[in-house]
Amino acid sequence: MTTPRLQLSGITKRYPSVVANSEVSLTVMPGETHAVLGENGAGKSTLMKIIYGSVKPDEGSVMFNGQPVHIRNPQEARAMGISMVFQHFSLFDTITVAENVWLGLSKTLTLDEVTHSITAKAQEYGLDIDPARPVHTLSVGEMQRVEIIRALLTNPKLLILDEPTSVLTPQAVEKLFVVLKKLASEGCSILYISHKLHEIRELCTACTVLRGGKVTGVCNPGEESNASLSKLMIGAEPPQLTHREQKPGLPVLTVNRLALPREDQFGVDLDGISLQVRAGEVVGIAGVSGNGQKELLYALSGEDVRSPAGSVRMGEVDMSRLHPGGRRKLGLHFVPEERLGRGAVPTLGLAHNLLLTRNNALSKSGWIRVKALEAQAADIIRRFNVKAGGPNSVARSLSGGNLQKFIVGREIDANPKLLIVSQPTWGVDVGAAAQIRGEILELRDKGCAVLVVSEELDELFELSDRLHVIAKGRLSPSVPIGEATIERIGEWMSGLWHEEVQAHLANMAVEATHAEA
Amino acid sequence: MLKLEARPQPSSAWSYGSPLLALGITVIIGIIMFLALGKDPLRGLEMFFWQPIRNGYAVGELLVKATPLLIIALGLAVCFRSNVWNIGAEGQYIIGAIFAGGVALLADKTTGGWIVVPVMLAGVLGGMVWAGITALLKDRFNANEILVSLMLVYVAVQVLSYLVGGPWKDPQGFNFPQTKTFEAATRIPRLFDGSRVSIGVVLAMLGVAGMWIFLFRTRAGFALQVGGLAPAASRYAGFSSRKALWTALMISGGAAGLAGALEVAGPIGQLTPYVPAGYGFAAIIVAYVGRLHPIGMVFSAILMSMFYIGGEMAQSRMGLTKSLTGVFQGLLLFSLLACDTLVNYRLKLKGSK
Repeated sequence: MTTPRLQLSGITKRYPSVVANSEVSLTVMPGETHAVLGENGAGKSTLMKIIYGSVKPDEGSVMFNGQPVHIRNPQEARAMGISMVFQHFSLFDTITVAENVWLGLSKTLTLDEVTHSITAKAQEYGLDIDPARPVHTLSVGEMQRVEIIRALLTNPKLLILDEPTSVLTPQAVEKLFVVLKKLASEGCSILYISHKLHEIRELCTACTVLRGGKVTGVCNPGEESNASLSKLMIGAEPPQLTHREQKPGLPVLTVNRLALPREDQFGVDLDGISLQVRAGEVVGIAGVSGNGQKELLYALSGEDVRSPAGSVRMGEVDMSRLHPGGRRKLGLHFVPEERLGRGAVPTLGLAHNLLLTRNNALSKSGWIRVKALEAQAADIIRRFNVKAGGPNSVARSLSGGNLQKFIVGREIDANPKLLIVSQPTWGVDVGAAAQIRGEILELRDKGCAVLVVSEELDELFELSDRLHVIAKGRLSPSVPIGEATIERIGEWMSGLWHEEVQAHLANMAVEATHAEA
Repeated sequence: MLKLEARPQPSSAWSYGSPLLALGITVIIGIIMFLALGKDPLRGLEMFFWQPIRNGYAVGELLVKATPLLIIALGLAVCFRSNVWNIGAEGQYIIGAIFAGGVALLADKTTGGWIVVPVMLAGVLGGMVWAGITALLKDRFNANEILVSLMLVYVAVQVLSYLVGGPWKDPQGFNFPQTKTFEAATRIPRLFDGSRVSIGVVLAMLGVAGMWIFLFRTRAGFALQVGGLAPAASRYAGFSSRKALWTALMISGGAAGLAGALEVAGPIGQLTPYVPAGYGFAAIIVAYVGRLHPIGMVFSAILMSMFYIGGEMAQSRMGLTKSLTGVFQGLLLFSLLACDTLVNYRLKLKGSK
């Protein structure tokens, strides 16, 4: 029998308020792709940090290649051949890709050598990236590529990936899987942390399921069904969404040939974007991150007010130059991609975070009525089933899923005419994701116009009535969800809709002349 | 080897307790320092912590010094909370004093007591003008406000030297670089006979209440702080960062200018090159030791004032150098930073290999 690459036994880690891992055991063989499955908060990340040496277990032992080891810090872990790609990226914003990678490597290399090896690794595994770009200009998906390349450059024997596909397109996920399968065939063991069941079933040959810090099952995911896995993971089957047929009403949001030069030099120019969202429908925008989603959302939310007059309208009102507050008065509410720092102030309580977009607890003169504010927050916490200490718990103390529920709840509670949501369920656990999607559909059924921008196709197919694709700052024509296929949308993501664009434009011209006549 | 490890949840009690602990550490180091200087440590501590409060008059003097510190710190707290790093309160204080002095010099024997109001308003205006330069340069050219405001302190000092040595010099002043003594009518009214405590204390306490309300009960104050805590969230909410910059600098400039007016038209009574006493810089420490909280700053302003008076006492009664004041201020800030670090992190002893 071969020696296991990694063997954990009886790992326990207690934090002041919670036991993150309790008596966890885990065995990974060489060349095995081993899934660690569990909801957010199940203790997956803590376990991985223990393996990676950034957290010390209170009890239990770690064996690497048959030898008992005490990994004291990530440097030691890397020296032993353990690499990790974190869910939250550990990159410095202000320096370039190559410099970031350089920081984690041996100091004997020059920056040029590092740049070369990045390009080489990138080509070997098909991970396209420009080493000279500053990190703050990268999209989330691109940052992840940097993290993966950085991990691969150390030639790991064990690669840990924490929720790696949450921001990738189906094609990119497939590419990543090719990379991972290639690595595994070369003898590298992979620990794959996820809550996406179909991915685990496709990729992994072994699986350890965690719930509440304890192991609830060890299995071969290929022999399990989604239902049986999710039972192990959340103790119940996930709720199914119902998508009711509905006739959309009048146009609410109309974007007409919006062209906007980039604000920072590594941004994307928006070019001739036209779209319409009508009352009672969900319009989805798919696309690989970094193709203009960020810029489009800034222009729609009012965080960027440089749009040409007349290009962004709400009903009949031209709101191209209105600030976020003015747009909110028209009934536009927006849930941004970044929860902490943009959608919510990390160090303020939930009640005060309401004041970012809600004025209900304010008097005319701008006086904050604290009691009313707390009552409003408590109401949203109750209505949207947010797990929080109370209206005054700081935003930072909530899990990703619960904070997202609160932010989405804050915007839905305002009874918007138009709701724009970016990445509604990124990094959110299964239960919370299902609830958020359910809330969005319920809002649509009540007659609200909804625009969802997401990089998760499953989600868009589940939610949308019509689907656009954004690529290189241009927007494809829309397809009704019934006619959309994963393959077609995937092709469009690379910008290949030109023939159809021409046909669509011709149609529009014909329609316009008809309308004028 | 020692290692700092982030605490999962910093204790909220200790985040308020750390200024007290820092004070304790300052006292202990102070005792060691007195011993090293060959002085009786009890007597040294008495100078700093008992003499300033031993009777009504002493407490009055304590308040006289605490008032400008508190007024300036209140304004600075608004700046720091909104991520505007105004380090130049000293300069705004000087220009406020100059504007106020200019108005006071216009008064003659027949002027009524009403002149005090324009004197104080001129001080506020002066501070605002000086802070406005920083705001304008930041707003128009994105100039770093730390550098601009700090450099403007030295410009303000030169402006003051020029005025008192040139156009505003007292003709009967034996060529000393100072203006004539202001008319009695311009003097900031005092609260009691036999004490130098003026209505400045009342203004400071009103400022504390006003600041508390502004920061914690108004949307404008909230918006300002969001700009400091999370700029992207501020943009998302639609709060204007330009408005925040100008508001913060106008409030702190105005406050510093008012403090300048209260000083020249109060205890000093004329413009001299000795108007700048470092209050603008000491107020930065006051603001931080007071946790940028209006009520906390009341206590830290009194404490800082004790250090000023204690330093003077130690000089006159024990023959120690006045620099002790600066040493104590520095010790306090240093211990506070150390305590804050330990509130947020814990020390871990790591066995070497």
